[in-house]
Amino acid sequence: MKYQVVIGLEVHTQLTTNTKIFCGCSTKFGSEPNSQTCPVCLGFPGALPVLNRQVVEYAIRAGLATNCSITQRNVFARKNYFYPDLPKGYQISQFDLPICQHGHLDIEVEGETKRIGITRIHMEEDAGKLVHADISEVGDDSCVDLNRACTPLLEIVSEPDMRSPDEAIAYLKKLHQIVMYLGICDGNLEEGSFRCDANVSLMPVGSTVFGTRAELKNINSFKFIKQAIEYEIERQAEILDDGGKVIQETRLFDPNTGTTRSMRGKEEAHDYRYFPDPDLVPVLIADQWIEDVRAELPELPEAKRARYVTELGLPEYDAEVLASSRELAQYYEETVALFPQAKIVSNWVMGEVARALNDDNNRSITDCPVTPALLADLLKLMEKGTISGKIAKTVFDEMYKTGKAPERIVEEKGLVQVSDTGAIEAMVDEVLNNNPGQVEQYRGGKETVFGFFVGQVMRASKGKANPAVVNELLLKKLKA
Amino acid sequence: MKITRAEVEHVARLARLELTDAELDTFTGQMDGILAYVEKLNALDTDGIVPTSHAVPMENAFRADEPTGSIGVENALANAPQRAESFFRVPKVIE
Repeated sequence: MKYQVVIGLEVHTQLTTNTKIFCGCSTKFGSEPNSQTCPVCLGFPGALPVLNRQVVEYAIRAGLATNCSITQRNVFARKNYFYPDLPKGYQISQFDLPICQHGHLDIEVEGETKRIGITRIHMEEDAGKLVHADISEVGDDSCVDLNRACTPLLEIVSEPDMRSPDEAIAYLKKLHQIVMYLGICDGNLEEGSFRCDANVSLMPVGSTVFGTRAELKNINSFKFIKQAIEYEIERQAEILDDGGKVIQETRLFDPNTGTTRSMRGKEEAHDYRYFPDPDLVPVLIADQWIEDVRAELPELPEAKRARYVTELGLPEYDAEVLASSRELAQYYEETVALFPQAKIVSNWVMGEVARALNDDNNRSITDCPVTPALLADLLKLMEKGTISGKIAKTVFDEMYKTGKAPERIVEEKGLVQVSDTGAIEAMVDEVLNNNPGQVEQYRGGKETVFGFFVGQVMRASKGKANPAVVNELLLKKLKA
Repeated sequence: MKITRAEVEHVARLARLELTDAELDTFTGQMDGILAYVEKLNALDTDGIVPTSHAVPMENAFRADEPTGSIGVENALANAPQRAESFFRVPKVIE
């Protein structure tokens, strides 16, 4: 039978606050195990949690950027279960009153726009980490690091609106881009700052009744999400084709085999007995707070992309690439402000700048030695005709290495473009005299040799000859 | 009966409590009594009243996002039944 896959996604984004959600411990990644802990996040009896205001602010940002309505009376709830990475025996989360509800994101897949609903976004604390450390005396035992316990998370739950792995990826990439633009999450998938669980079910094509779903966990790259969903589609189709029933369960993705396997053990605990946490008072969000956050929202990637096309006249592709990260877009916009030729700047940012950063161990654009001001100066020199486009690339490399101003490099290295007809004419004559065979070929009708002459003259001038003048003179002499 | 013996057994298991048969009988009786007592509240007309989540009339208790320091690994692990280097050590967890 032919099946239609139905996918809903739950994303946990770790917020980039300095401290944990309910205590003042640092959230820094990679410190000595258990060095960032205190009575609150260790779950000591009597320790009282106090909410980090920044978490609420970030949650409002996320909600507004994903078209949600903001819940103005928020209550935290205890989700009760036992696991060694959860010191209190409950996770502080939100249950019936999540901070954001009823939002959506528009995604594009194969040129079609599709709206994906966002059911809810809620604030919660993360659990600690179970580590299978390489410590000989430990044997089979597990090791627990509670540095991550109590780190603030936003759980973003989509509607089961996606109908293919590609739609799921498009949604995730979009969400990833937005939380990074908002500056609320560093987006690092490997370090677990952006984690995804996928609910996957199948129904016969044409049906509107969803099948039983499996929840896939532990997927920490976009590639793995696609793999995990594809594997799950195959697995469930096989069960259904054999007349079997899919069991509702949690399954763990194994990146080594590309398969998913049942996580029994965790099943029994699905009775969480939520109730309002008496240690945390309600959070009331006034209209003014929401409006203040709205006023400070950055321009989001979608709006930026559209503006680059309509206002700056960039091709869709350029707009997409430049708007893909907030830092890249900022670099581009700062350069265009100083050198208002949108397409030329785009070519340089996507070309030379991207290449140089890439070759430099994927250095961040915010750390680029050629600042927007320096790049604009370089482009101005090119526009004035002081240097050729070819020389400009040489100057750029030198700027990248030394951080020097382009004027200075041009001066120090004697790279000023030669447009003096007399000087170029002498070089052209020399090249033609030295290559009589090619001249004969050209005059005999083999016009492709023309490029050879241009190359020779440019070489003779060490790249400094004005190419337009070179072309003009070559043509004149060859036709003579 | 407001609560059955099976429900008490279930709740006890979720709370990782091991109860003897005699204890189960005792607690089922006691919890039944408590629930019956609390049910008196149903006699009140609560239409249009927002459910009470907290007993204190207070809201928005925030802290600023500023580090206040931690207690250090040794203090954190001082009460741990078992440790390994800087970790808490626990019996193997089945995935």
